[in-house]
Amino acid sequence: MAGTTIVEQVLARASDKDRVNPGEIIDVTVDMAMMHDSGGPRRILGPLAELNMPIWDPNRVVLVADHYAMPNDADEAIILQTARNFARDHAITRYHELEGICHIVPAEEGYIYPGMLMVGGDSHSATPGALGAVAIPMGSTDMLGVLVAGKTWLKVPHTIRIDVEGQLEQGVMAKDAVLWLLGQWGMSHATYRALEYGGTGLASLPVEERMVLTNMAIELGAKTAVCETDAITEQWLTNHGVPLPSSYLRPQGDPFYSEKIVMNLSAIEPLVARPPRPDHVSPVSAIDRQPINQAYIGACTGAKYHDLAMAATVLQGRKVSPRVRFLIAPASRKALQQAAQDGTLQVLIEAGATILSSTCGACAGLGAGILGPNEVGISSTNRNFPGRMGHPTAQVFLASPATVAASAVTGYISDPREVWPS
Amino acid sequence: MNSVTAPVFRFGNDVDTDVIVPGQYLKLGYEEAAAYVMEGIRPGFGNLLQNGGIIIAGENFGCGSSREAAPAALKFAGIRAVIAPYFARIFYRNAINVGLPAIECPEVVESPIQEGEWVTIDFVSAFIQHNRTGNRWSYTPLSLHLREILLAGGLVPFLKGQRQSDKGARL
Ligand code: SF4
Repeated sequence: MAGTTIVEQVLARASDKDRVNPGEIIDVTVDMAMMHDSGGPRRILGPLAELNMPIWDPNRVVLVADHYAMPNDADEAIILQTARNFARDHAITRYHELEGICHIVPAEEGYIYPGMLMVGGDSHSATPGALGAVAIPMGSTDMLGVLVAGKTWLKVPHTIRIDVEGQLEQGVMAKDAVLWLLGQWGMSHATYRALEYGGTGLASLPVEERMVLTNMAIELGAKTAVCETDAITEQWLTNHGVPLPSSYLRPQGDPFYSEKIVMNLSAIEPLVARPPRPDHVSPVSAIDRQPINQAYIGACTGAKYHDLAMAATVLQGRKVSPRVRFLIAPASRKALQQAAQDGTLQVLIEAGATILSSTCGACAGLGAGILGPNEVGISSTNRNFPGRMGHPTAQVFLASPATVAASAVTGYISDPREVWPS
Repeated sequence: MNSVTAPVFRFGNDVDTDVIVPGQYLKLGYEEAAAYVMEGIRPGFGNLLQNGGIIIAGENFGCGSSREAAPAALKFAGIRAVIAPYFARIFYRNAINVGLPAIECPEVVESPIQEGEWVTIDFVSAFIQHNRTGNRWSYTPLSLHLREILLAGGLVPFLKGQRQSDKGARL
C-alpha cells in the first residue's frame, strides 16, 4: 500500500479517517486556532455577535497582539483594545500583547507540538511546521467559522518533498536557502501544495532556522510546510516544557510526492531578493555596491534569537555606517531577553543598532521604520512588494540577518562571509 | 445575482494583497479601505469604477498577506468579479467568504479582451461573454454550496440565513 506524507498523516488523524488522498475535501477538527489583532477580533467581533454563537473552546484559541501592539494613533489603539477586550470577554487566557510576533510566541510558550493541526489567521501561519505541526493559514471569515465550530473544510494538498543535504557555510543562513528556492521556483510554484522538508541536512539547522523555511513557504505559494522531527525538535520541546511524542514524525512507507527536489545547503551562497518581488533573487556577490539608507532586522522571519546572534557575530567590534539607520525589532521579548543575557544585545547596541519593540512594525508598513520615497532598505523580513514597508517607490532588498548586518557596516549590500570572523 | 455586466480592468500576474490594500490602510474598515484599493500599483483606481468593474488578471492573483481586506475592499469599491487562470489559495477562500466571485478561466485571460470593453458573466450557465464580439468562454462552475454563499453575499449572511431558516449552522 502506498505510503503517506506527514501532512496526509496529520490530516487523516484530524478528519478521523484511516487515510486521506490529495484532492479530497475533508472536514477537520482543529487542535488550535491562532489569530492576531489585525485580522482577528476587530474583523470577527461584529459577525460573531450577529451569529450569536459562543467560541467552541477558548482554551484552544491563541490571540497575539503584534500588528498594532504599539499603536501610533487612537484608531490603532482601539484595534488593540478590541483584541484585549475580546480575550477578556471570551475567556481566552492565551492572550499575548507586546510579547512578540504571532508565529513565534506560540512556539516559545510551548503551545506547539508535532502532529497537531492548527489554523492561523495570517498568511505566514505555516511557521510552526518547523516543529512538526501542520498549520494552515486563513483569512478572517474562515477563522470565524473555526471559532464557532472548531472545524473547517480543507482540500488535501499534494506534497512537494524537499530533501535537505549538506550544511550551510559560515555566514550563510536558512533565509538564503529559502531565497534559493524562490529563485528556482518563483512565487506560485507551490500553489495549493504542501512542502515537506526532511533529509540528513536538516540536522544542521536549529529549530529557529527551520522556522524560516516554513515561514516563507507562503512566498512560494504553498498551503503549508512541515519539517520532519528529530532530536533537535525534541530538545526544543523539552526546553519549552512540551511533552515528547512517542515517535518522530516522518513520512510513512513510500508516499506519492507531486515533486521531489534536493536542496544542497553546502552549495548555497548569500542571496537577496531584489525589489519588488521575493522571487527576484540574485547572489549578493552579483549586486554591485548598492547603497542603502536603512538596514532592518525584524519580523517573524528574521529576528529570532538565532538571527540576533548571527548579526552580532558580524557586528562584533564593528560600527555601522553613519549613512545607515540600523533598526532591530526582536521577534519576541524572550529573544530580546536571551540576547541581553549572553551579551548579544550589547554587541548590537555598541555597533549602533536602535532597538524597536517586538512587534510587526515596519515589516507590514505599520510602525517605526517606514521607508520614504525612493529610499533603499535591506531587510530580514519576508516581503518586498511596492508599498509593503512604506512609500510605494521605496525599494526593499530581502536578505538574511547576517547579510543585513554586513550591509549595515559597509553602507551598501555586502556579503557577510567577507566580514565573518575566522 | 445570476449574472453581472461591467467594464473590464486588466492586471498582470502575481498581484499581491499588499498592493491591493497597502498596510497603512489596514486600520480602516473595509468600506473605507475601498477608496484606496489597488493604490500600490494603480493609484486612483477606485475613481474609475462608476460602472462597477470586472478584473481580468494573470495567474496567482491575491498572493501574499492573508488580509481579507483585499477582496472586501475590491467588492466595496465596485468590483463585481475577478477572473484569473488561478488564484492564491487564501485570497480565493477570502473572496468567496466576503461574497466576491473569483472565477478561474485561463482562456479569457489569454483572450484579446481589452481594458474598458464590457463583459458579462453568467453564473448560472458558467460562461463569460465578450459583449462586443459575442464570444463566449465556459468555465468550471463553482459548487452549489459556494454559489449559495456568493448569492447570500458572503459566508456570514449565508450562515445567518441558515440559522433563521432553522436548518442549523453547518460550517
Ligand atoms: S512580522 Fe511581518 S510577516 Fe510576520 S506576522 Fe508580522 S507582519 Fe506578518
